[in-house]
Amino acid sequence: MSMQHNPVPGNTEAVEVHRDGGHYPDRFENPGLEEHRPRLGDVDPAANKRAERQIVALFLVSLLGTIVFIAAYFVVPLGDTPESMQRSNFFLGLGLFLSLFGIGAAAVHWAKALMNDHERAEERHPQRSSDENRAGAIQALKDGAEDSGIGRRGVLKGAFASALAIFPLTIALPLIGEVGEDWDVSKFKHTWWKKGTKLALDPSGEPIKAADVTIGSVFHVIPEDLHEAEHPLDEKAKAVVLLIRMDPRDLRSEQGEGWSYDGIVAFSKICTHVGCPVALYEQQTHHLLCPCHQSTFDVADGAKVVFGPANRPLPQLPIEVDDEGYIVAQSDFHEPVGPSYWERLK
Amino acid sequence: MKALAARRHHRYAPAVLLLLALLLTGGLYAVLAPQVADAAPAAAGSDDIATGEKIFQANCATCHGPSAEGTDAAPSLVGVGAASVDFQVGTGRMPMQANGPQAPAKEVQFTDEQVEQLAAFVASLGAGPSVPSEEMVDPAAGDVANGMALFRTNCAMCHNAVGAGGALSEGKWAPSVVETSPRHIYEAMLTGPQSMPVFNDANLSPEEKRDIIAYIDAQREPSPGGIKLGSLGPVSEGVWIWLVGIGLLIGTSVWIGARSS
Repeated sequence: MSMQHNPVPGNTEAVEVHRDGGHYPDRFENPGLEEHRPRLGDVDPAANKRAERQIVALFLVSLLGTIVFIAAYFVVPLGDTPESMQRSNFFLGLGLFLSLFGIGAAAVHWAKALMNDHERAEERHPQRSSDENRAGAIQALKDGAEDSGIGRRGVLKGAFASALAIFPLTIALPLIGEVGEDWDVSKFKHTWWKKGTKLALDPSGEPIKAADVTIGSVFHVIPEDLHEAEHPLDEKAKAVVLLIRMDPRDLRSEQGEGWSYDGIVAFSKICTHVGCPVALYEQQTHHLLCPCHQSTFDVADGAKVVFGPANRPLPQLPIEVDDEGYIVAQSDFHEPVGPSYWERLK
Repeated sequence: MKALAARRHHRYAPAVLLLLALLLTGGLYAVLAPQVADAAPAAAGSDDIATGEKIFQANCATCHGPSAEGTDAAPSLVGVGAASVDFQVGTGRMPMQANGPQAPAKEVQFTDEQVEQLAAFVASLGAGPSVPSEEMVDPAAGDVANGMALFRTNCAMCHNAVGAGGALSEGKWAPSVVETSPRHIYEAMLTGPQSMPVFNDANLSPEEKRDIIAYIDAQREPSPGGIKLGSLGPVSEGVWIWLVGIGLLIGTSVWIGARSS
């Protein structure tokens, strides 16, 4: 701010303040309303006529839009195919848009260009009530309190306050109680997997043979007996597993000794960050990517987190192969699946 | 020459010079650019495998090794099968043009016949998945509803719920599958190209693969609701609403509030 701000000429006696290197008057006078400026249409009859024609044209657009809508209703039927539905919706929507937009734009243009534009100022009346009214209100309150005897009747006052204080529980209790329906968090520690449960294809439920899982394959897996659960979807939400086979030489580490079978590993599909299904597997890098916040797990290295906000590896499901060649679980997961929050409740 | 010199300060002179320079560059590129080595056109009835081997030696052996055994730069092709060649070469992904996070689909560099011969040669190196028949990939024969259930479980996390594609890590991406031909979709599931995992016939049976193709085919129809905006979900829809929708609202508000001239 190097520029000098000179005070308003003719107002030299106003007190000056210094701020940001400039000089300003202490108070600005209310400049009042701007001088009325006639519009082009007020002085030029041709411009006035032109504005009128524009408004008429906008109303004609609206009329045309309505005709388009009605015509489209009869001529472009909804039909049975997506193409015909899209066509029908397009013309109905176009007609409706023109019909309403024409009226609105014409009305605004009419008001702006043709109706009188004299500025009017309506002074606001003071909001403060008269002294008489204020005194009357205070007196009425005092009389009421006196009449109820709230100062003298202590028990009554206590009962009244308690009733008021406790009433909001009828709203708050169901609100809090039904968040998440159930506050029993212990069920997050266990899933439907147990010793000997066959790994099966999602959604068909076909059990999987180890020989069928070729290198580079990804199988989306559920427990074979999931349908026996009381709430199969709730159990599925915890038990979903990703089964991956890689070249056994690529497998650098796993979470437990002997938890994999000849390069076949099984990991929980629930992200340890906030529980999204992690399933973007890149078979060349063995990276598993979560689509929600880009947490990346290295499947070849015990699903360690290599990128993103997740805090711990995806829990590994220990697997083995039974006598018939099917892949089965050795046990349940050894830690809670899903977001790290539950880990802390152990 | 004198006339030309007199006009060198004309105000269009820079534009004309730029145009000439561009034409020259383009012309030189067309003449000097490396041509795709074209193998001798196959004589009808000649041994496909032998011709395929010639095409291989001329175009692929630099990276994949003279007998397709693989090098440090590229994997072995023994046992990848005809389906893999038909997908990689038939969609233009191979031969690879430049090193990058992944080989993108580009203009196909060989005729259908040459792709077949190349596939025959690679298939002769070791047993691998073969190219599916027309009937195996016919969308009309698939069950769209079952295809949707399978697509949702196995494909949607990378390729988007309607196959519009999506991002992977470190510059890689899952391409859109909406414009991919049914045969190439089938081959991609069977062989697991690049970052994509393999979905063998035990994981997704041939009928289930056809159901998935039918579901993808159904996504090619226009949306009854209107413009799809790439089916990319909140990103493209958000850009549309925030820029175009709110922009129009602000513009209209300014017009309503502005003084008439």
